[in-house]
Amino acid sequence: MVSKARILHCGEQAFSVEIANEIDETVNRRVIALAKDLKADPPDGLVELVPSYRSLLVCFDPGRITGKAMEQALRDRLDRVHSPQESTGALWHIPAVYGGEVGLDLDDLAGEKGLSPREFIKLHSGATYRIYMIGFSPGFCYLGGLPEALHTPRLPQPRPNIPQGAIGIGGQQGNINSVAGPSGWRFIAWTPVKIFAPERPEPFLLRAGARVRFVPISADEGSELAHRQAGGEIIVRPQ
Amino acid sequence: MPVLQVLDTGPLTTIQDAGRFGLRAFGVSQAGPMDRLAFDMANLLVGNAQSAAAVEFASPGGRFRFDTNTAVAVTGPGVELSIDGAAMAAHLTLEIGAGQDLRIGPVRDGLWGYLAVAGGIDTPPVLGSRATHLRFGLGGHAGRSLVGGDRVPVASTDGAPPIRIAGRDFPKTDHTPIRVILGPQDDYFDPDVIAQFLSGTFQVSTRVDRMASVLDGAPLIAARGHDIISDGTVPGAIQVPGSGQPLILMADAQTTGGYPKIATIIGADLRRVAQTPPGHALLFAAVTSEEAEAALLGCRNRHRAILKSVRIAEFGQPGTARLFGANLISGVWGRETGNE
Repeated sequence: MVSKARILHCGEQAFSVEIANEIDETVNRRVIALAKDLKADPPDGLVELVPSYRSLLVCFDPGRITGKAMEQALRDRLDRVHSPQESTGALWHIPAVYGGEVGLDLDDLAGEKGLSPREFIKLHSGATYRIYMIGFSPGFCYLGGLPEALHTPRLPQPRPNIPQGAIGIGGQQGNINSVAGPSGWRFIAWTPVKIFAPERPEPFLLRAGARVRFVPISADEGSELAHRQAGGEIIVRPQ
Repeated sequence: MPVLQVLDTGPLTTIQDAGRFGLRAFGVSQAGPMDRLAFDMANLLVGNAQSAAAVEFASPGGRFRFDTNTAVAVTGPGVELSIDGAAMAAHLTLEIGAGQDLRIGPVRDGLWGYLAVAGGIDTPPVLGSRATHLRFGLGGHAGRSLVGGDRVPVASTDGAPPIRIAGRDFPKTDHTPIRVILGPQDDYFDPDVIAQFLSGTFQVSTRVDRMASVLDGAPLIAARGHDIISDGTVPGAIQVPGSGQPLILMADAQTTGGYPKIATIIGADLRRVAQTPPGHALLFAAVTSEEAEAALLGCRNRHRAILKSVRIAEFGQPGTARLFGANLISGVWGRETGNE
């Protein structure tokens, strides 16, 4: 495969390695694979890596490596790192309480799409999502793999306060809200799982490249899980 | 434990330490000081480690008090201050008594300044740092700006630190263009828009905070549109949203963004941009990455030299900081103590 990758300057202390200019699982797999490779065997002067949909931001210290040398190191890596054939990320089953106060858009969206809420939930919880990237806010997951029938544009005016754990749809993407805040996404469910908890030894549950499935649960089950989690229990583990 | 009492302050007064590093891949920007040089100097003057937390404020400043005798230092370009109404010098260790009224501000030649206290601010670290990230409520004092009535814990110290003074001033503010490296999405803009960006004058608008400085000027229109597939951002990146009004990302900016970035301010000039207050003009000039690297290393050396010029003042230990009124500073001389 001829690489379409470009290495772009983000100032003198970072490069954006742009694998391609599209949202595509193979492209994203290569981003994650490149990040993994660089992390396992870091070039001198590497400071930080930020994977996103189709690019890897590579931050470095020009006091330890020149931009030219870093650019060459990245080209060498690009030649040797290829996109894995299959998703290798961990698979998480995230319990989801559909509808209700947090999933306030469920009935409207189902109606718009000519589905019953039950059919909507079946479609949404039947898909396997890929975490293309974490960004925007601490732990916020951008999920690819939303069934086309569920694609929904964002609201023109964001709502002022969407709670942590809200599960939503924005365009072709899904998300799990990691911190409370304003959002223009449409929300259909909530999860008791705190994907970001700064006080926890492992503050961030999910990372780019992992996969997610949503498991419908009742509101009572959701409350119970939230209660157990508040008591320090880990309520979800990856497979 | 000593306590810093906040009497009154502006909306951008926060606890900051050097920053929260290594978590950008999890959506957590580094936060930390808007002016690292002024922050480092403040800590150095009161004998704190570089990793200690201090109070960052934006002009107009604020009023503070301590419940015990302690030593403080205030830094920032042209920052003014007084203790119980008597003018005091910045960039100098000051002894302040319990209950005395420390008034800080304005920052005459910039925007941001620092108040360091001997021992360092001792709020609980969050994700390994005491830096406040306002938007996500992380770190600092309950994740928010300080307000009148707040009582902020300070770590105890063994005895008072010696009086130190900075032998060199900060680099003079000049009005030469801010240097940028074009990209990563300069190809979203037609060449005449790039030329407009590099030849036009922009003004820092009133929308300035720890996340970004929004600029006023003739709008920059992206021929390929103002939406990109979201990718990673760095402080100094100049994003251009649909309004065509560029905004410069700063310490608290989100880690990824969906607007094209026409250029990135070089590391050596980012402090100057941060310290440019609303209403002031900015011009941009493109440089190569090699020029930017050389400028960065030169800038680091200059900052190191300025911090190294902090010396212990050698005319006895005065009982109160009053002797150090602004008019007496020229008589102080010191010796090298190295970069502690």
